[in-house]
Amino acid sequence: MQPLLQTVGISKSYPSGETIIRAVSGVSLLINHGEFVAIRGRSGSGKSTLLNLLGLLERPDSGEYSLQGQAVAELSEDKRAALRRQAIGFIFQLPVLLPRATALENVELPLIYAGVPRSKRRRRAKDALDRVGLANRGHHWPSQLSGGEQQRVVIARAIVNDPVLILADEPTGALDSRTSDEILSLFEGLHRDGRTIIMVTHATNVADRAQCQITLHDGRILKVEGTSAQNSLADFPE
Amino acid sequence: MLGIVVGVAAVVCMISIGAGAQAEVSEKIRTLGANLLLVLPGAQNSNGAKLQAGTQPTLTEEDAAAIRRELADVQVAAPLLSRPMPLVAANKNWVTLVAGINADYLVAREWQVVDGRSFTDEEVASGAKVAIVGSVIVEELFDGRAGVGETLRIGNVPFTVIGVLDKKGLGAAGRSQDDVVFIPLLTAKSRVVGAVRGTTREALDFVSVKVSDAAAMSETQQEIEALLRQRHRIRGDAPSDFRIENPADVLTARGAAVRLLGILLIAVASVSLVVGGISVMNIMLVSVTERTREIGLRMAVGASRRDIRWQFLIEALILALLGGLVGAVLGAAAAVAIAWEAGWPILISPWAVVLACGFSGLIGISFGVYPAHRAARLDPIEALRFA
Repeated sequence: MQPLLQTVGISKSYPSGETIIRAVSGVSLLINHGEFVAIRGRSGSGKSTLLNLLGLLERPDSGEYSLQGQAVAELSEDKRAALRRQAIGFIFQLPVLLPRATALENVELPLIYAGVPRSKRRRRAKDALDRVGLANRGHHWPSQLSGGEQQRVVIARAIVNDPVLILADEPTGALDSRTSDEILSLFEGLHRDGRTIIMVTHATNVADRAQCQITLHDGRILKVEGTSAQNSLADFPE
Repeated sequence: MLGIVVGVAAVVCMISIGAGAQAEVSEKIRTLGANLLLVLPGAQNSNGAKLQAGTQPTLTEEDAAAIRRELADVQVAAPLLSRPMPLVAANKNWVTLVAGINADYLVAREWQVVDGRSFTDEEVASGAKVAIVGSVIVEELFDGRAGVGETLRIGNVPFTVIGVLDKKGLGAAGRSQDDVVFIPLLTAKSRVVGAVRGTTREALDFVSVKVSDAAAMSETQQEIEALLRQRHRIRGDAPSDFRIENPADVLTARGAAVRLLGILLIAVASVSLVVGGISVMNIMLVSVTERTREIGLRMAVGASRRDIRWQFLIEALILALLGGLVGAVLGAAAAVAIAWEAGWPILISPWAVVLACGFSGLIGISFGVYPAHRAARLDPIEALRFA
């Protein structure tokens, strides 16, 4: 079976003042459909950059990346945007919502850019809100929702397009422990639905909820733990 | 934003005033009669002090006859002598301008008698006590009834109304041209104007000259000048004791003055529109900065750079169009206010409003391009990290 995504030695550097920081350095990994993977590491270990690379928000300086068997590093900006809205759902540390749009309209946003007709859009957005347990909060403004509820709206927005890959960057970073637990339970539920989730976190107890944990250190894979039988990971030397 | 409002308001206001002035000028030229020259008597020069025009009896009926007789391009040369007089009919009275003319005057002014008839040659020659009245007189003295056949007393002299004139409306001086009574020139001299003490019987108010061909206007003007100087025995470069006016020229000059004002307003408008465009750009740049996170989010959920560019372009367009709409309303209101206060005629054309709004939209787009480009060029990662 074809893996969902595969990277071979991807690297990304940033200029930072006088020096150049190698945020991600020669990472190779392979992730199959239906996996729930946590990427963990201290701050500055390159985990967020890796997630942005996987999410097509950034281009790697070198290395290869294929998503669903398609090499994506050299795609045009517009094609990458199209792939983003069709295949990937994003969840950020802070719940980023449009303040002047209702919860339902926020969830509809990816469908608008995907060109889904209005009535269909409404129904799918409602289904997604229902899935995260906010069926009756659709007409609330983001400011009227609690932090946990806002994050659940973001999750609804991430799954409304029915993406093959959900990417979460510190999804519980701004939440208290009880709310974090609710969000993680939601992730586990989505995982049971058969969705693929890659989650970045610095907290061990959060990472442990995933099927498999990848630890990054200085932009390299330090170790891989977990229960996924199909996972094959390799850290290519430079 | 304010710049666009002011600019569009100025454009709409200016075009309304300009179009109104244009319409007024052409209407006045039309009611004046085409190809008309006025010959007016000069001012008396008494001890170095110039007195009012017409104080010296320098223009006579014989002059008018000579102009008609000697100059080929002159169709008619109609003398006129007038004086405000009290009128009485039955139990009503009214004061108006009573003018002595011959039938040529109505030809020169292209003025039709709509009820009754004009003067006959015999009435003109014999100084008959007959009158042709304007529509205002019919309203004021005869309650709008047909006045033909009624008796009208001018001063103490009874006249028979033989004709009613077509309506002309307001004249160049803003006075109704229909508030007038015409009687034969000879009658005016002997019984009305001439009966007042101290007035020279031969003096005319002016002679209206109708030229047969528009192209011959200035040439005829020179010929009249030469003829009258000869008749009045004015030698060398001594000043003429009369002057010749082309009333259409005066009106056209007034129209040109209004147009000049219009050009000034356009200059103000274009500066304001540019300022408005820059302020639209400013608002949009601030908006792009404030909404950096939103842009990053939209990109992350799949908006292409083109989607973002369009979003901000359309926002700039709407901003400018709103300004334009407010400006158009304000400009139309200002034009109406000016018409009310200054008594200028205005003509608010829908074209002016469409033009001004279209122009503001164009400015919105052209000054929105740069901010939209900035928004579209944002790096989604940086944009999302932006607090």
